[in-house]
Amino acid sequence: MNTKDAVLADSYSKIYDVYKIRNDFPILKTLVHNKPLVYLDNAATTQKPQYVIDKTNNYYKKYNANIHRGVHALSQEATEAFESSRIIIKNFINALGKNEIIFTRGTTESINLVASTYGRKFINEGDEIIISTMEHHSNIVPWQMLCEEKNAKLRVIPINDTGEIIYDEYEKLFNKKTKFVSIVYASNSLGTVNPVKNIIDLAHDYNVPVLVDAAQAVNHLKIDVQELDCDFLAFSGHKLYGPTGIGVLYGKVHYLDLMPPYQGGGDMISKVTFDKTTYNQLPHKFEAGTPNIAGAIGLGAAIEYVEEIGLENIAYHENILLEYATNAVSQLAGIRLIGTAKEKIGVLSFHFENVHPHDVGTFLDFEGVAIRTGHHCTQPLMNRFCIPATSRASFGLYNTKEEVDVLINGLTKILEVFGQ
Amino acid sequence: MNQELRELYQQVILDHNRSPRNFRLIEHPTNFAEGYNPLCGDNINIFLKINNKGIIEDISFQGSGCAISKASASLMTSMLKGKTVQEAEKIFDRFHELVTDKLGDNPDIDDLGKLAVFAGVREFPARVKCASLAWHTMLNALHDKKEKVITE
Repeated sequence: MNTKDAVLADSYSKIYDVYKIRNDFPILKTLVHNKPLVYLDNAATTQKPQYVIDKTNNYYKKYNANIHRGVHALSQEATEAFESSRIIIKNFINALGKNEIIFTRGTTESINLVASTYGRKFINEGDEIIISTMEHHSNIVPWQMLCEEKNAKLRVIPINDTGEIIYDEYEKLFNKKTKFVSIVYASNSLGTVNPVKNIIDLAHDYNVPVLVDAAQAVNHLKIDVQELDCDFLAFSGHKLYGPTGIGVLYGKVHYLDLMPPYQGGGDMISKVTFDKTTYNQLPHKFEAGTPNIAGAIGLGAAIEYVEEIGLENIAYHENILLEYATNAVSQLAGIRLIGTAKEKIGVLSFHFENVHPHDVGTFLDFEGVAIRTGHHCTQPLMNRFCIPATSRASFGLYNTKEEVDVLINGLTKILEVFGQ
Repeated sequence: MNQELRELYQQVILDHNRSPRNFRLIEHPTNFAEGYNPLCGDNINIFLKINNKGIIEDISFQGSGCAISKASASLMTSMLKGKTVQEAEKIFDRFHELVTDKLGDNPDIDDLGKLAVFAGVREFPARVKCASLAWHTMLNALHDKKEKVITE
């Protein structure tokens, strides 16, 4: 163990009390089919701590009003809470300025925003956009739609059998036509953490901008956008213990300034006449209409909550669970792990030789265990592994080893029933 | 095992899942259709050989899916072989009523024979599509509809 790891292990053992943390999440006391809920579907969405629920409720209970331009007290209070969330987010990912933080509905909208504004303006016929085999549909389809419209081409970085990007092949994809790279930081289906820093640096050698889909990374890894030097970064609030319907697009000012607005409407303008409209400054240029105010406030609260525990401690905790679960599942006969990369977040995908994931999901539900079964919105990735679907357990900051034991027990029962 | 779960995964279903009947290709079928459930990735191909008297001489299936969908296809093919097209349509209706809970608490399902094992599916709304995918696909094949059956 090196010094940094030792310090982390020490800080984790001093600070992290998972049973105390669990008390912050009211939903964890729920019974499902008369069994305690074992929530292992955190890659789909995370549960919300009381702190986030209270902050969101307080907005509706005490100072609900529309933001910006209001002169009355409630509007000013709401504006202040909304804008302080933007600053919390800016500090959280170490952006240069708060004008680089755009509120969206979530990762999907953030990616669509870039594809339909930057993409429409700068991608032309014959140009090429690079993505990877392990992308979520939300980082495939917007680019495919753009390519169809512009007669451009989608190029795909292949992966190896452990679920890691083949970096040499990525390098080979570049040519004069390459105009954009959009890459997932951590895979929702495999858990693989991609070497995004290297991916970005290489693209920059060719003067190609890079968008990082950080939906699954933002609650596990400390992200510093200046250090990464990514041009865009997208993530959602609800995978970070915050509300649904709120997300973030980070963009470098240089690019955001060049891009046309995404949607037209209120808030995104500075002056409107019937002859011409001049657009508002950043970030408001990209925030037409009344936003999800409570959601933004909730997201700010979620980041405060997570930072209080410490992302490094959370990652350390989830890694312990991942190792424990990986080890236990590996002992079971007839189950194959899908995604065995060296660098992983707390996602464990597996495939039974003779039991369909849907049956696995129904059986585990009766044990109180919530996992996800299906293609996880990554059908091309499923095709790569020649399987229709996987069963996926994903860990969050409140999960325990005892919960992993309940999962493993459930899997053992399934193997008995299906007679392997 | 929990009672509801036991009702869903009866021995007959587990058996047909393990060793599905009529799980093969029919060369030169008179009728054929594909079914797909995008939610779970289940896909099924149904092949039929119907003679000029309107009798199903042979019926088979191929594809991949969960235990419920595989057992359903297996039992369906066993049940329909030798039946007329009209009889097959009628059994489809009865089966559909059974899994979508249209028959009430104490249904008279003697005519359904082994298909009665699917009564447990009613308690699992998310799984009704699994049980009925093969049947909808069969119906499409009977009527020679070209578009893929998609259930979700």
